[in-house]
Amino acid sequence: MPTKLSTGRRGVERLPAAMGADRRPARRGPSLWLAAPALALFGVFAIVPLLGVLALSFTDWDGLGSPAWAGLSNWARILADPLTHEAFVLTVKVTVFSWLTQAPLSLLLGVFMAGRQRYRAVLSVLFFLPLLFSAAAVGIAFKSLLDPNFGIGAAFGVGWLSQDWLGNPRLALWVVLFVIAWCFVPFHSLLYQAGVRQIPASLYEAARLDRANGVQQFFLITLPQLKYTIITSSTLMVVGSLTYFDLIFVLTGGGPGNGTRILPLHMYLLGFRSYDMGGASVVGVFLVVVGLTVSLALNRLSGAHKMESQMEGL
Amino acid sequence: MNIRTGIKRPNVLAGLGGFAWLGVIVLPIYFILLTSLRPRTDYFTENPLSIPSRPTLDAYQQVLENNFLLYFGNSVIVTVASVFVILLVSLMAAYVVVRNRSKPARRIFQFFLLGIAIPIQATIIPVYYLIVQLGLYDTLWALILPSIAFSIPLSVMILSNFLRDVPGELFESMTIDGAGQAKMLWSLVLPMSRPAIVTVGIYDALQVWNGFLFPLVLTQSAHARVIPLSLWSYQGEFTMNIPAVLAAVVISVIPLLTAYIIGRRQLVSGLTAGFGK
Repeated sequence: MPTKLSTGRRGVERLPAAMGADRRPARRGPSLWLAAPALALFGVFAIVPLLGVLALSFTDWDGLGSPAWAGLSNWARILADPLTHEAFVLTVKVTVFSWLTQAPLSLLLGVFMAGRQRYRAVLSVLFFLPLLFSAAAVGIAFKSLLDPNFGIGAAFGVGWLSQDWLGNPRLALWVVLFVIAWCFVPFHSLLYQAGVRQIPASLYEAARLDRANGVQQFFLITLPQLKYTIITSSTLMVVGSLTYFDLIFVLTGGGPGNGTRILPLHMYLLGFRSYDMGGASVVGVFLVVVGLTVSLALNRLSGAHKMESQMEGL
Repeated sequence: MNIRTGIKRPNVLAGLGGFAWLGVIVLPIYFILLTSLRPRTDYFTENPLSIPSRPTLDAYQQVLENNFLLYFGNSVIVTVASVFVILLVSLMAAYVVVRNRSKPARRIFQFFLLGIAIPIQATIIPVYYLIVQLGLYDTLWALILPSIAFSIPLSVMILSNFLRDVPGELFESMTIDGAGQAKMLWSLVLPMSRPAIVTVGIYDALQVWNGFLFPLVLTQSAHARVIPLSLWSYQGEFTMNIPAVLAAVVISVIPLLTAYIIGRRQLVSGLTAGFGK
């Protein structure tokens, strides 16, 4: 008996050992090494800079020599700089107003584009076009379109259209917000279009039986059903406010005066125009913190399990 | 009765709104196209939105004579190289994330998740430092490497969401047939995830092709210039020749417009990748 048992046991042990070459990969799946190239590239060129921005914020560096330790002096200087305060207020303004204009507009357009009528499908194809243009192209095009002498004012011969749209400190910010909307509403309306198409038709059928009119259907079904789309799209809009850099850079360069100098632009101009890389890194750290906090906070709203899909596209 | 007519009546207000937005979208594009066909002297005298009385391709010729093909070629190299590497390494990583059930594999996934929320703009100064230290400043590598790095997280995410839906039995049966990892990747993972690869590839290509920040900060001379930056520099060079600047804008959009006409569905799904689920 004991011998039999032991052979039995040995047999059990031996079997997987003998077939180990075949069996183990099946259980464990692919080797972790396959992820190494992605990890290395991402680590060196994205995570190292992420930590580097914090390190550089404690140094003096003009962009050419080597960085020298400066302690907290950059932080004290940048945080006390009125220009930083102005840039901060402006960034908050741009974020809030671009959400207020883009979110309702994208939602309505998304609902419109989700309609099955033929003309809506044709219009949707054309609504996509701004997404093909780079920020540089959009900036340049609008700059000439808004030219006070040879732009839209001259086209219609209407006096008030011949303003110095981008040179007037009272108008520039609003014009910038309009151009941002032109660029980004098409993307967000696509999100809403996809969201609306996911809503089960049975909900609308039930509403019709209850004699709900179109407006009621919109507020009682469409809007609540789009909850996750609204959160996703809003997250992207808010975090996106930190990326409007290139568009504003080409459009106004931060002017007139410092009228459109939002934080990302403030950082670029500090670093690559004033050669104050340390100071610019302070702003960079701030942007990283804001970006991560906002997307985590907004994701909390939508529930942890939704996190993965919510974060896509950021 | 009322309800029924209510459903069938076309929504006039929505239609008007839709066409109003169409006007907003199309007007600048119409302006770009017309102006690029206008002789530069007429630009100052003709109505900016009128059909050019003497249409000409001079502006295009001028752009093409000013190194545009070089910039175009650079953009093609940077985009193709970046997208190829992104897809290759992200697919391998996604395969690990989905099929390797160990703890480190989950950690890797969380690591990439973190990367998605990093605003690229905020890290540009250390990226610049790194590229200078590596001696890559003002080369195409300076654009390719960071573009790859910042596209990996989202690409891994979309690809692994897609691979998760591939039935596990397929992997197991191939393992029993004695397939190694390379064979598994090549003859199962790659073909099965082709739709996701197309989607991710298009999304990444669009981002890299239109990227402006990396070229602005990491390159300087004409030999490493890509299209978005060339638009910016034409604007400085041709200050009195708006038709030429806008002609460059038109040419810069042509490849993407072609892609849009050929593969509209893929491009749209590429842009909203992962959201439509």
